[in-house]
Amino acid sequence: MQAFTYEAPQSLDQALSLFANVGEKGRALIGGTDILIQMRAGVRRPEVIVDLKSIPELQILAFDPQTGLRLGAAVSSCRIMEDKMMQDKYPGLTEAAGLIGSVQIKNRCSVGGNLCNGSPAADTPPALIALGAECIIASAKGTRTVKAEDFILSPGRTVLQPGEILIEFRIPAPKPHSSDCYQRFIPRNEMDIAVVGVGAAVTLNGDTCTAARIGLGAVAATPLLAKAASEALVGKPLNDQSIAAAAAAAQKIATPITDMRGTEEYRTHMVGVLTRRVVKEAAERARNK
Amino acid sequence: MEVQEAKFKVIGTRPIRHDGVDKVTGRARYGADISLPGMLHAKVLRSPHAHARIKSIDTSAAQALPGVKAVITGNDLPDLAAGAQQMGEMVINPRYLSLNILAKDKALYNGHAIAAVAATSPHIAEEALNLIKVEYEVLPPVLHVNKAMAAGATILLSELRTSGEPEKSDQETNVATHVRFARGDLEAGFKAADAVVEHEFDTSMVHQGYIEPHNAVAQYNADGHSTVWVSTQGTFSVRELCAHILQMPVGNIKVVPAEIGGGFGGKTTVYLEPLALFLSKKTAKPVKMIMSRTEVLKATGPTSGSFIRCKIGAKKDGTITAAQIWMAYEAGAFPGSPVGAGCMTVFAPYALENLQIDGYDVVVNKPKTCAYRAPGATNAAFAAETVLDELAEKLSLDPLEFRRINGAKEGTAQPAGPQFRRIGFLETLEAAKNSEHYKSSLPKVAGKLVGRGVASGFWFNAGFQSSATVSINGDGTANVVTGSPDIGGSRASCAMIAAEVLGLKAEQVNPVVADTDSIGHTDVTGGSRVTFATGYAVYDAAQSAVKQLRERAATLWKVKPEDVVYQDGVVSCTTNGQESMSLKQLAGRLARAGGPVTGSAAVNPRGVGPAFATQIADVAVDPETGKVDILRFTAVQDVGKAVHPSYVEGQIHGGVSQGIGWALNEEYYYDENGIMRNSGFLDYRMPTCLDLPMIETVLIEVANPGHPIGIRGVGEVPIVPPPAAIANALYRALGVRLTELPMSPPKVVKALMEKK
Amino acid sequence: MAGKVHVETTLNGEQIEFLCEPRQSLLEVLRDVLGFTGAKEGCLTGDCGACSVIIDGRVACSCLVLGPEVQSKTLETVEGLATSGDKLHPLQQKFLEHAALQCGICTPGFLVAAKALLDRNPNPTEHEVRFGLAGNLCRCTGYDKIVRAVMDAAAVMQGR
Repeated sequence: MQAFTYEAPQSLDQALSLFANVGEKGRALIGGTDILIQMRAGVRRPEVIVDLKSIPELQILAFDPQTGLRLGAAVSSCRIMEDKMMQDKYPGLTEAAGLIGSVQIKNRCSVGGNLCNGSPAADTPPALIALGAECIIASAKGTRTVKAEDFILSPGRTVLQPGEILIEFRIPAPKPHSSDCYQRFIPRNEMDIAVVGVGAAVTLNGDTCTAARIGLGAVAATPLLAKAASEALVGKPLNDQSIAAAAAAAQKIATPITDMRGTEEYRTHMVGVLTRRVVKEAAERARNK
Repeated sequence: MEVQEAKFKVIGTRPIRHDGVDKVTGRARYGADISLPGMLHAKVLRSPHAHARIKSIDTSAAQALPGVKAVITGNDLPDLAAGAQQMGEMVINPRYLSLNILAKDKALYNGHAIAAVAATSPHIAEEALNLIKVEYEVLPPVLHVNKAMAAGATILLSELRTSGEPEKSDQETNVATHVRFARGDLEAGFKAADAVVEHEFDTSMVHQGYIEPHNAVAQYNADGHSTVWVSTQGTFSVRELCAHILQMPVGNIKVVPAEIGGGFGGKTTVYLEPLALFLSKKTAKPVKMIMSRTEVLKATGPTSGSFIRCKIGAKKDGTITAAQIWMAYEAGAFPGSPVGAGCMTVFAPYALENLQIDGYDVVVNKPKTCAYRAPGATNAAFAAETVLDELAEKLSLDPLEFRRINGAKEGTAQPAGPQFRRIGFLETLEAAKNSEHYKSSLPKVAGKLVGRGVASGFWFNAGFQSSATVSINGDGTANVVTGSPDIGGSRASCAMIAAEVLGLKAEQVNPVVADTDSIGHTDVTGGSRVTFATGYAVYDAAQSAVKQLRERAATLWKVKPEDVVYQDGVVSCTTNGQESMSLKQLAGRLARAGGPVTGSAAVNPRGVGPAFATQIADVAVDPETGKVDILRFTAVQDVGKAVHPSYVEGQIHGGVSQGIGWALNEEYYYDENGIMRNSGFLDYRMPTCLDLPMIETVLIEVANPGHPIGIRGVGEVPIVPPPAAIANALYRALGVRLTELPMSPPKVVKALMEKK
Repeated sequence: MAGKVHVETTLNGEQIEFLCEPRQSLLEVLRDVLGFTGAKEGCLTGDCGACSVIIDGRVACSCLVLGPEVQSKTLETVEGLATSGDKLHPLQQKFLEHAALQCGICTPGFLVAAKALLDRNPNPTEHEVRFGLAGNLCRCTGYDKIVRAVMDAAAVMQGR
């Protein structure tokens, strides 16, 4: 690894002024489970590492029935998995956070880090997209908001400009009879990067679906909001037919590649399989709410 | 040699291993744990190209970096004569070996070593690598045996000529060797068959996957003597190979075996040791080298991917009438795939009149292969045991029964010629058939298709040379010194054998794994040979110690040694019933009785007992995703005599797990430029503990008549049947035969779709 | 060029301090700076668990933690498992009795991860044990005896 300096700001102001100074030469550190690997491989070469774990604003985990969830960017996966409110209100996002690697990884990694790493195969973006999450970005100049589906621009690149930090996610409170679900396919039972990942959030009124959002991961250069697939469910009864239509629409927008984790044909096939399964499960959960 | 069905007191029990406490407390010293004062750290620059001419290397900027003490390239190492040389039991090609550890004119695989840097910290050494400028002329890579063997293929080694053909050719080629075993009349055999099955198989290159990367710490002294600390399976091999490559006298190199974190055959050669030694000589400081995981995967020896065609015919009554197999194995960049062993093992479990086995050792632009647990046998068994399974189905025979009808036994001639002595293959089939697993019905799993498959396998095991000494301590305990690095619990087995002979408890014997200055020549830990051969040496050395103890007692009692017996740790006089002493008592009086007692032995035993395995796999498949779960797995094996049953079970568990990984998910994934894309444990997917069930083992003990305790090697054969057993189970679950390894989810789904 | 950072931390119950470059991982600090070679380097990508240590009660891969990050934290490594010179932790004892190690390179990581697992879940099912240890790779044992050893240790620790 090349040499760098290590900073551990204790306040958000400190962190923002640090980043304002170092700009592109600096990189945020939360769990370290992506960045250290990239630095060892020479893929990223920051001169300043800014450890954000001590900043209180990034560790917020709070739910308000009116305004919904505030999830700090540095909250660890293990904290999310163990939180009863998260399990109850956002089981899909909790699943996604809980699928990032082994126990060792989950004890360190964060949803914020997962998103900022910018991998199209990351586990949390499809769940965040399905929930309509908004990303709050701060810099010395102020804050701005970006939708989860717009955050990653291309593999490894996000909307973050030099001097900016992702500080929290805001997710609306689930309406009655709403729930979410995230599933991914991996060849082993743990540890792998998603070959395909699908997140879905649905709201039901009786048997009719009144709202739906489907997020896809690992099947394009960025995670995707499957608009047409989502719309294929809305205003209709949630049954095998509508779900099949949604799955087909999701397959249409997927542009997967063939690589060491799967072939193009296989991934397209799996978009259909997982969309069906995830929507069914989300609906099942929504019915019980 | 007669083997008594003796009542063993120590052999067959399960004592705590002697090195156990060190290993569970973190105190055990593996190669990477060793540090010396003033030590430098060295790193290796590796080729980014799969095939390229090296036009120039400029190391000046690297040499100028503060902290860098030496930079070397292939041109710094001695030029060695071409051609194969005998080194003990092995035939090696020192020039190819040297080129593999540091290239001279050509980079032959992505990861091939190009230069090495020694610096004051590993980080500085890494930075220095980035400053070395190499000019390459990139050449087309050859990445599959079929392409390598095709007319007009790009040639890797211009001097390579095929050996083994009846007529010598002077044609440039990528085929290093052709092996053939044939007997009988193949054509007549197939004509006589009522059913014939033929398939083609394609298997991917896979790695041994030991968790500990390669390491070496070397210290070259001004007097020309040097010491190398290394995690290796063969200290004497390291010594010999370093001596050859660096043109140093063998006796001047002392190799100290650090504890070793897994080898499975992959640590039987050298990569870093000669470089560390050379750099130590150049800098006059100790030098430490450790490989990263990427380097381990890209630049140490995996085992061959292969292309195989197998055709077998049989009559209605189940008798196999003809068996033919054509196999091309990847050697990697330099010759030396295990295709020969594949040829020797493939049809060995069966008594066959008409057979033809053709094996080809083919170079490709991938890392030079190295031994991996029963090298060559798993590829071949995947093909043959799949074809046999289909034949059994065509003939409406139970697959175990089909194997029993044709099963090899004492007197059966192996494909390579020699006749078997007493073996236990039929016993493994019987035990498998009678197992609770085989008799149970397949469980139902919601949403999944289930199936059960069986397969068998063979490994010849090895003898080779071992030395041992057994010394009696003043308190009646004993030390056993051998030169066999312990990769699976063998030092405990050696202690147990000595304890058995001496009438001691296992914990009263201290086993020591010694360096090359302290024990006689001992061949590698590998080939499932240690408990057999080193155990044999220990047995002989302990017997020698017993003889000396009888002589000492005779001196004390003033009788003849023939009048003294040694039984269960007690010496007694046959002519005078009053006289008897415990070993402990005698040990305290040795100085007056003639002197210390040390038994030693050096062996190269011939009575190797081969191993057979039969395995049963139950699988559940999600037909939508192609994901395969192993529901249940039973491994039956003839183990000769299980000295320490827990560690015999452990060898079976480990081999089966590697076989399951090989079957389902492990592969070297190359892009079209010959770059390995999955060179880490994230995407080189070995089974985690969540991917495996408990593995049931059935140990059958058919004593090896060639060994005083009946020992057979056990470590390798367990890896041979799993891919075929799983493929056969998948067939029953899905109705499709998978003929490519790994049988990963995309392949399963593709096969299912093509079936529709 | 970065200078060294001074870090104070607690290691196996002892308050210690060390100097390290920021680019030195906790694994390097333990092994090369402090001489605690129990944690092993297997992959440097967090995929094998051989470097597992416990930080503030949670098991993590020390190869993915920078030395400076453990300022004021509490660290537990395999060297701290045995409570006294001659008394092994039940996990260590059961690993030996069950022959749950062959080459032993993964053993420190497994022991640490298993301790962290049992600290949180003293009575795990076989599946929970396998799930909790899925981040630790073993190539020698096929995990069978490791899982048995952990469950047996859990029973002993619960007085069953």
